[in-house]
Amino acid sequence: MSLENFAIMRHELLLTAGFLIILIAEVFTADETKRKLRGFSIILFSVITAMGFIPSPEGSLFGNMYIASRTTMVMKNILNIGTLIVLIQSYNWLGKPENENKISEYFLLLLSTLIGMNFMISSGHFLMFYLGIELATIPLAALAAYDRMRNTSAEAGIKLLLSSSLSSGIMLFGLSMIYGITGSLYYSTVAANLSLSGLAVLGFIFFFAGMAFKMSLVPFHLWTADVYEGAPVNVTSYLSVISKGAASFIFIILLFRVFPVIVDTWQNVLWIIAVLTMTVGNLFALRQKNMKRFLAFSSISQAGFFLLALISGSELGMATLIYYVLVYIFSNLGAFGVVAAISNHCGKESMDDYDGLYHTNPKLSLVMMLAMFSLAGIPPVAGFFGKFFLFTAAAGKGYYVLVTIAVLNTIISLYYYLLVVKSMFINKNESPIQTFKSDGMTKLGLIVCVAGIVVVGFASGLFEIIRNLSFGI
Amino acid sequence: MNILSFLVIIPLLTMTGILLVRDTKKVRIVAAIGMGCQLILAGVLVWLYVSAKRSGELQGTMMFMKSVEWFKSLHITYAVGVDGISVAMIALTAVVVFAGVFASWEMESLKKEFFIFLLLLATGVFGFFISLDLFTMFLFYEVAVIPMYFLIGIWGSGPKEYSAMKLTLMLMGGSAILLVGILGIYFNSAPNGGNLSFNIMEISKVTIPISAQRFFFPMTFVGFGILGALFPFHTWSPDGHASAPTAVSMLHAGVLMKLGGYGAFRVAMFLMPEAAAEMAWIFIILTTISVVYGAFGAVAQKDLKYINAYSSVSHCGLVLFAVLMMNQTAMNGAVIQMISHGLMTALFFALIGMIYGRTHTRMINEMGGLMKVIPFLAVAYVIAGLASLGLPGLSGFVAEMTIFFGAFQHPDLFHRAATIIAVTSIVITAVYILRVVGILLLGQIKNSHYDELRDAKWYEKLSVLTLMVSIIYIGILPGGLSTLIRESLGPIISKLF
Repeated sequence: MSLENFAIMRHELLLTAGFLIILIAEVFTADETKRKLRGFSIILFSVITAMGFIPSPEGSLFGNMYIASRTTMVMKNILNIGTLIVLIQSYNWLGKPENENKISEYFLLLLSTLIGMNFMISSGHFLMFYLGIELATIPLAALAAYDRMRNTSAEAGIKLLLSSSLSSGIMLFGLSMIYGITGSLYYSTVAANLSLSGLAVLGFIFFFAGMAFKMSLVPFHLWTADVYEGAPVNVTSYLSVISKGAASFIFIILLFRVFPVIVDTWQNVLWIIAVLTMTVGNLFALRQKNMKRFLAFSSISQAGFFLLALISGSELGMATLIYYVLVYIFSNLGAFGVVAAISNHCGKESMDDYDGLYHTNPKLSLVMMLAMFSLAGIPPVAGFFGKFFLFTAAAGKGYYVLVTIAVLNTIISLYYYLLVVKSMFINKNESPIQTFKSDGMTKLGLIVCVAGIVVVGFASGLFEIIRNLSFGI
Repeated sequence: MNILSFLVIIPLLTMTGILLVRDTKKVRIVAAIGMGCQLILAGVLVWLYVSAKRSGELQGTMMFMKSVEWFKSLHITYAVGVDGISVAMIALTAVVVFAGVFASWEMESLKKEFFIFLLLLATGVFGFFISLDLFTMFLFYEVAVIPMYFLIGIWGSGPKEYSAMKLTLMLMGGSAILLVGILGIYFNSAPNGGNLSFNIMEISKVTIPISAQRFFFPMTFVGFGILGALFPFHTWSPDGHASAPTAVSMLHAGVLMKLGGYGAFRVAMFLMPEAAAEMAWIFIILTTISVVYGAFGAVAQKDLKYINAYSSVSHCGLVLFAVLMMNQTAMNGAVIQMISHGLMTALFFALIGMIYGRTHTRMINEMGGLMKVIPFLAVAYVIAGLASLGLPGLSGFVAEMTIFFGAFQHPDLFHRAATIIAVTSIVITAVYILRVVGILLLGQIKNSHYDELRDAKWYEKLSVLTLMVSIIYIGILPGGLSTLIRESLGPIISKLF
């Protein structure tokens, strides 16, 4: 490999290097100083994130198995930023006595899933894609079971593992059909040889079902709520944001590069799934009292909105999806950050416990309010811009009926997001959560999220950068 | 920097100022100073516009136009500009907000938050009136609506949580439908090729294909109509107004509902005139129902705020009714009605708040003889009432007269029948206004502790007088306002025929 090749796949190499450094550091740290690994790993990861932004050439490696373009680099950078926020938010939680002897495991597992996602995004071959997706999923199951002494956490791990292996099986079945038709697993060859036939549609639907599991689209969403509720909050936020973001990124690439021939088919499929996902996610979210379950269903319905950008099949749609994922990362991590801060402080996770929060913890409540508004798409925060562009992308292709259903769904979602705001600002509580001071890292994590929520919308330059990426790949 | 942008910047700066103030007692002073500046700025704006118009400097109708590119690839710009109508609306908003700050002078809990949300609402309204770009207009529209949730939910009374949620969801539902309409306009804004646009002035130069208009006109009109209390989407209004704190009712009925009427003709009718002409009859029927139903609703109520809320439904229905008549006179009346109703209803709600603050009840049959104990407020109430029922010499008369005069110019049976039905609302209005005045202000004092009530304090007087002077000014000298509006209506009218 020449130096340039290193530069092309630097995201993966850096992450792997980071992974190894943490592994070695773990071995050479004494038990009493293990807590220091937290700060060390976060600093290391922020260096990795920063280095991801260094411009580097586009290109492909390993005989087109691995492809890096400006688009994939932006996607990876977005995932890195999100992961960095998750790590910062986990700092306090990892310092708890029960986690002390497994701090490095958290970082190692998390980084290996991220490496998997990066390979997945850069794949040019279905085998590579499959390796990436498995590398991303299996450590996630271990992470979900991180609190292994807690039954629900262990249950979450098993559920995630079982459902994701089932979905992988279905996906592979679909891929085998596609291989049968085209005789190749290279994206370019598949795209060139695929034609609209019954078998191709069947193969696509199986493949799609597998992907839908990963993105938790209705009707493949049933694992989501239990896993989200059982897993530790910080793992849940990683699952709901980074994992989902990565799955939708790879989905863009596959739909646009591999399946352009059967575009009519996947647009019809997406139309139905989008409506189902938004509506069912919303309706279930209405009745949730546990904040983690609540955010789980809200994230299901958000995934339905993602599809609105995909369905347009246009460059604008791709750009808005990437942009929306960025917005979504900041907003959802803001919400999870508050949930995590409160959960780590006093273990309360129910919406009723949030009653009167504004009077005792005004800053946390404001962060939560902004996050909720951003998720609901209320101006002037970033979510408004994200949603507006999503709808624009879909309307641009004449999907007015779908857009109408989607905007009505935003009203339903507004109702339950307002319920959270209502409980914090309006409801009275005899015994509210006591005023408490968050530590520096938690604050930093929340400040980054708030800055993202506020700035990403107004800063039109960011959207234009994403819009101008070459999508040819 | 563009003078119009200051209309948005001043409230934002005031909000920052409020955040920075340590002493919560000074919050209201900061708010008052900020909104005082805003009022002066609005005055300057009117003066600049009128003098430019007189000297013939102004070419075209829009003034202080400015356009900054924002999201280039989607052709979204921050485009501002005002014509006579928006200038009038801005002046109205400034007056009502100023009066609103003084009406909430004695706010007790969470002062900072209250004024910040109130000013956020004002920011949205000002931004809406100066916007020429559909995207920013929509953005400001939602910015104006969402603070209502907090303002009613936290500081409201009665079933406030229910009302706040109902109001927010219905108005946001309206804006959701509106969003589809706006996107439809955007994607049909270049039927002959070229760049798509969100800019109202650009879009008005082309003709949107009629098939698209038929689909998107009703969406846009209903979207705005919900905010303008169009029957049967008005149900948020009585509950919302009744639960809201004084200043919020004032702003909401006085200004926010006008966004509906303003948007209906600036966006829906101006950009899609053909479909408007085709479908006007449906909405004329609905607005006629609004007008009469609202008036009857007011007759049936006993709670002062509900009476006024239903009366707002009736009067705002009249705005949309006039807009749909699509001729110069009626539309002229529509704009005057917006201003007049804005001032008058704000005055009503301010007075109701002040009376409630003294008597602790809003039920009219529990009160009586207030004229003897609080003469200043009582006289102001009578004046507002007379303006509402259209007494000559006050603003209501000018507005309603013009509207019905314009509406009756249509020679066909349908329009005339609708007009005649709508006119009956004047009589019904007189019934409920005079009934309230009779029971509430005249007669015997029903409750002995009412004898000790104190009349208005200085800040209350300031709030009331600001509004009252404006009402009387428009009533006596409507000419200035009419000229301000009439020429700006020209391009809209000419598109409609």
